[in-house]
Amino acid sequence: MQKSALAECKDEVLLKSGADILLESLKKEEVELIFGYPGGAVLPIYDSLYDAGIPHILARHEQGAIHAAEGYARITGKPGVVIATSGPGATNIVTGLADALIDSIPLVVFTGQVATGVIGSDAFQEADVLGITTPITKHNYQVRDPKDFPRIIKEAFYIASSGRPGPVLIDVPKDMAVLPAQAEEEPVINLPGYQPTTTPNYLQIKKLSEALSQAKKPLILAGAGILFAKAHDSLRAFAEQQNIPVVHTLLGLGGFPADHSLFIGMAGMHGCYAANMGLTDCDLLINIGARFDDRLTGNLKHFAPNAAVAHIDIDPAEIGKNVPTQIPIVGDAKEALDLLIAQEGGKPESSAWITQLHEWNEAHPYRYKRTSGKLLPQYVLQLLHSQTGGEAIVTTDVGQHQMWAAQYYGFNKPHAWVTSGGLGTMGFGLPAAIGAQLAQPDATVAAVLGDGGFQMTLQELGVIAEHKLPIKIIVINNHALGMVRQWQETFYNERYSHSIFTSQPSFVKLAEAYGIKAYEIKTEKEAEERMAEALSLKEPVLLDFHVEQMEKVYPMVAPGKGLHEMEGV
Amino acid sequence: MKGIITLTVMNRPGVLNRITNLFSKRSYNIESITVGGSEQENISRITVVVQVQNETEIEQMTKQLNKQIDVIKVTDITGQAMVARELALIKVTASTQARAEIYSLIEPFRGSVVDISRDSLVIQITGEADKIEAFIELLRPYGIKELARTGTTAFLRGTQRSQGVKNISIV
Repeated sequence: MQKSALAECKDEVLLKSGADILLESLKKEEVELIFGYPGGAVLPIYDSLYDAGIPHILARHEQGAIHAAEGYARITGKPGVVIATSGPGATNIVTGLADALIDSIPLVVFTGQVATGVIGSDAFQEADVLGITTPITKHNYQVRDPKDFPRIIKEAFYIASSGRPGPVLIDVPKDMAVLPAQAEEEPVINLPGYQPTTTPNYLQIKKLSEALSQAKKPLILAGAGILFAKAHDSLRAFAEQQNIPVVHTLLGLGGFPADHSLFIGMAGMHGCYAANMGLTDCDLLINIGARFDDRLTGNLKHFAPNAAVAHIDIDPAEIGKNVPTQIPIVGDAKEALDLLIAQEGGKPESSAWITQLHEWNEAHPYRYKRTSGKLLPQYVLQLLHSQTGGEAIVTTDVGQHQMWAAQYYGFNKPHAWVTSGGLGTMGFGLPAAIGAQLAQPDATVAAVLGDGGFQMTLQELGVIAEHKLPIKIIVINNHALGMVRQWQETFYNERYSHSIFTSQPSFVKLAEAYGIKAYEIKTEKEAEERMAEALSLKEPVLLDFHVEQMEKVYPMVAPGKGLHEMEGV
Repeated sequence: MKGIITLTVMNRPGVLNRITNLFSKRSYNIESITVGGSEQENISRITVVVQVQNETEIEQMTKQLNKQIDVIKVTDITGQAMVARELALIKVTASTQARAEIYSLIEPFRGSVVDISRDSLVIQITGEADKIEAFIELLRPYGIKELARTGTTAFLRGTQRSQGVKNISIV
């Protein structure tokens, strides 16, 4: 009798609530920060979080929480962690999940769910979160037994951050967070169907090395895979060793230093002439960690018509998906580059080719004309670059200002560029800046936003004010949805259907209502002074730049055209 | 062209949803899909017959399926020596006069009658999809009242012949 009572007592000591187990598992994963928003179904988790010792950032909308987590993940390379409640809390993070999946951002997201007993009964704040998020997550779980928390969380972090990174969602029914269970100390990952290949095939590496020694016009197209693999140093070493010029995708910017003599520029729809002509003219194209997105390739019929294509990617499904590939290399970008560096092949004779690319760059740089007396957006981005020395972390929304930022802000270091590429999510920039600033509290973070996107998530000014995050909010205010307006001007006979804001609040007063310093800027002189002032202050500042509305992003590859058919060069 | 993909997957809640979701997300057209147990506990086997434009499309499908965490193995068995079977139940109008005639059709196709009523028969037939289609066409003039097909389930034969030799079904 005595013995069994003791045993019982011992068992009781080991029992913890699901929520406690959840938070302990997060600590084991060394989670430093959680972004979230409480609600009915996650009350037990928030109760455990109250004294768990993990800092939590209360967003003002769940979409803000998940974009902030994306910004944090982009800068640190570690999974961003999000908690949202059931029903509307979960549906509010849908945009962020889709964004993170297409741009390969590691996230571990917890959603509350109604208790297991009422799942399927259309209970209050119930939504089929697994069903909704299956196509927009790398993987998702619903917890059915609280003792599974340690294993599921360990698997979730592993899946989110290994292979091609992506978002993993864990749906937690309310009773699972409450029920006591005995937590496994050392959970074992059980994923027989998930074994990402990281080590490249040696024969393919040799094949690429041989192709290089024959090439006259080699070109590296470097995507965000370089950043995820932390392969920037290897990329630089490889390009320098073999004397190969480099172009970047939008998301890859910073993987190769913009001021390097082998850097040609960004390629794609609004990329530079030399980069796009380079892709058209090269005889060996080495894609490292880019997915040949349609905004990069233009019309596939005209894409790299004379090139043998080598593609290094950790996701085999990306190889050959859009562009036929002669040398497929599945694996980690850094491992592949290090193997390539170690090869003893001949170098390509690329000096004439590099000279040609530089000539194109000199003949056709990014340019803009000061015609109206109004402030030009390109000037503002140039100013931001010169005053920060290219050292700031820049986040953006989506549209014209994003393209100008990509064109005029030359990134010399990796992990400093946070933008929504694949999904093109307006409202991304401001919350992403919050995550970026929290990841690097001492860095200068500039949130470059359009007036349209800013109004989609400006409630997050509350978070910036609350935590006194010294973010510089650069609003490129053209009183329009600029990119939509540009397309309507170019392709829809100047019929500006719902793209011009006839009414707009004072962003300065709005910021001031949150206790954030703000200035309206209309001239270059004001811009210079206020930018310098903002950058010198250790507090948030909003700069509302009133810029010329009719300005267009050039050069441009019109939809359906090949990269060589650029307009506005 | 028609492609056949077989998958072994973890028998977990929602796994079929993941597979069909992927097909609709990438707008692949499923002709049939069958799911059931396999020789291993907790592992199910899925056979998908798809309509594709070319081999690149089926390769892309295979790669996307492979990315699913719960999918253990994906095999594209299109054009290889395989055993592929489908079961169909056909309820056909059978007047007393027509009955003998119908019976004479069933035998060569190795079908069997599994239910009889006053004016109809239910015939069960198994085989490759082509054979079942041929049988249905033969029965159509008598009047098909109901038809249910399971879709193809398949796996590779133990021995693969050299390429180019068409495999002939022995049943």
